[in-house]
Amino acid sequence: MATPTRTHRTGPPDPRRTSRRSRLHRWDRTASPYLFVAPFFLVFAAFGLFPLLYTGWLSLHRVSLYNVDQADWVGLQNYWDLLFGPPSHFFWNALRNTITLGVLSTVPQLLAALGLAHLLNYHLPARGFFRTALLAPYATSVAAATLVFALIFSPEGGMANWLLGLVGAGPVRWEAGPWSSQFAVSVIVIWRWTGYNALIYLAAMQAIPRDLYEAAAIDGASRWRQFLHVTIPELRPTILFTVVVSSIGATQLFGEPYLFGGQSGHQGGADHQYETLGILMYDTGFHHSMLGRASAIAWTMFGLLLLVGLANTLIARRLRSAQ
Amino acid sequence: MSPHRRTRRTAALVSAAVTAALLVTGCSSAGTGSDDPNAKITLSVGDFGTFGYKEAGLFDEYTKAHPNITITENSTTQEGDYWTALQTRLSGGGLDDIQALELSRIALATSEQLSGAFTDLSKAQGVEKEAYLPWKWQQATTAQGKTIGLGTDVGPMAICYRQDLFQAAGLPSDPAAVSALWAGDWAKYVEVGRQYQAKAPKGSFFMDTASGLYNGVVSSNAEQYYRKGKMVYQDSAGVLKGWQLAAEAVKAGVTQGLKEFDTPWQTAFSNSTFATTVCPSWQQANIEKYSGPGNAGKWNIAQAPAAGNWGGSFLAVPASGKHVAQAQALVVWLTAPEQQAKVFQKVGNIPANQKAYALPGVTDFTNPYIGPKAPTGQIFSTAAKAITPAETGPHHGDLHGAFSNGVLLMEQNNKSADEAWAATLQQIASTVQ
Repeated sequence: MATPTRTHRTGPPDPRRTSRRSRLHRWDRTASPYLFVAPFFLVFAAFGLFPLLYTGWLSLHRVSLYNVDQADWVGLQNYWDLLFGPPSHFFWNALRNTITLGVLSTVPQLLAALGLAHLLNYHLPARGFFRTALLAPYATSVAAATLVFALIFSPEGGMANWLLGLVGAGPVRWEAGPWSSQFAVSVIVIWRWTGYNALIYLAAMQAIPRDLYEAAAIDGASRWRQFLHVTIPELRPTILFTVVVSSIGATQLFGEPYLFGGQSGHQGGADHQYETLGILMYDTGFHHSMLGRASAIAWTMFGLLLLVGLANTLIARRLRSAQ
Repeated sequence: MSPHRRTRRTAALVSAAVTAALLVTGCSSAGTGSDDPNAKITLSVGDFGTFGYKEAGLFDEYTKAHPNITITENSTTQEGDYWTALQTRLSGGGLDDIQALELSRIALATSEQLSGAFTDLSKAQGVEKEAYLPWKWQQATTAQGKTIGLGTDVGPMAICYRQDLFQAAGLPSDPAAVSALWAGDWAKYVEVGRQYQAKAPKGSFFMDTASGLYNGVVSSNAEQYYRKGKMVYQDSAGVLKGWQLAAEAVKAGVTQGLKEFDTPWQTAFSNSTFATTVCPSWQQANIEKYSGPGNAGKWNIAQAPAAGNWGGSFLAVPASGKHVAQAQALVVWLTAPEQQAKVFQKVGNIPANQKAYALPGVTDFTNPYIGPKAPTGQIFSTAAKAITPAETGPHHGDLHGAFSNGVLLMEQNNKSADEAWAATLQQIASTVQ
């Protein structure tokens, strides 16, 4: 390849100039990448890190939402109260609910997504339509979806009770019962997120080489055996990804139970029967104006998320070494 | 690109980020007003729901009389959202020149922690203390005698009932006769419920929710959640009576056990599944809206067993405003009898200014949807004047919310009265400091 030559300058280059230019060049090589990523980190510092640290600072104080300037230092009192003090009953209850709601919504969701993706991987008629339809619930707003489901589970002429009536079962007060309400909230979550996960699985499935299936088929493996022994192992990293994302989503569950509860949604039902940690934090901070304690809940949730992340990493590592 | 320019660009970036951070953390500003009465100014009014000023054309009327003043209204639909935003603004700045306050927040706003944020309206020019209902005036007055809000409207209670269902159950259906059934005692109201339930049309209940009953009993009692500056909910006459009657109503099966204002409650109106509801003045609009034209001519209205108040609001002027004097003048004008009467005629808010009751179209008001012949205006204004003021305190709203929720535990979550009481105290121990 020809190198461009400069014709307008003759004679040997000025050594001082060269050294300065090379220094500049080195500086450019080392500093530029940092400068290019700097905007993100500056914005993150202003909108991510600062609120995070400020929340941590607030969590060590007794402070009202309407009077943030007047914060009394209480040390770790807020954390102690959450674990052992008067609000501990509600904290443990919310943690339990978050876990049960998480399991109730995540497990069926991912299983259904896997099944749907497997079906869509075949050459179905109108495949494009089905694939688009899968994503429709995900594109629906939480508010719209939840309000529709609240009507379905309404004790006054709701569709769920009507269906139960058809098979001769009595009407259920869906919102009032501890399990029935959690079931209803899980249904909303499952409905919204199954399609999204199915599309992720489908994308991963299409990347699996065809010859693996052909080889399995020659060896006499049925469709089901192919799914178990070819599809699932090949999907392992994708499944792990969806599990991580779904468990983070489950830990932060807020919108669905909040809107489902109507007038008592701010505390997750009259008896706190579907109050998640997210709702407890909102209720404490914005309904009862206890900003310090709400911040402590936020940091506790952060800690829990780190634990969930750690558990996921460990499991992933085990899986990889088992392979 | 020269290194010089690059550092300048970095500096610009850093400064932009710092500015953004400053914008987020605080943008409080407080200024002193200009002295020129004719200077062009804008007054902002922050309120929620329907205050009716725009509907009644009052802002236009005021700006026509004061051409140098422009009024903007920042209205939020839900009071809960409004209050959350107001609290953060009390901390961080950005308050409107005039802020509305709902009854359940006024006790906190008049407490030591917050009253400093508002100006004393009792000293505002042209304010006439005697014109306002005395208990309404007292609610917005601090222990030191500073009045931080002027009453806009009140929520005197009546009982709205279905005359067709009453007839079907063999009860009288005329407002005067129905009022006489339970006059003077909420226990009689529950008793009538038993009579109704014995002969009730299939699938109908006497009342929508026992928490409405609890609310009615407590707010018509002179002792509620505070006595001499201390919280007394565990042995307060009002709370105990309200709780006991609510428990009785649940046990007797005279309540449908709905959660008030929720969608199922709204649907129940059109399904005609309950015969009475505790009916503060503002509830009339809900009854008409949710019962629908199909149920026209079926609702009627009677006097409540005892006079109580549920809801109503105040207008306050934050001390940090730029135009405090002008804002106060607007508040005084908006809460004067003539203006409150106009709002009442337009949107039905019962005036907090009792001089408005003497104006035509208030006391003689009748509701075309609810018992067209019933003396609705008379019923509400009689109740408003008969209300006995109760002592309140900063946690009034929290406590009232917790006990109303406790009643729901009895009627929705199958808890016994004792279990629900214990759960309520646990909730209070956790959230009331």
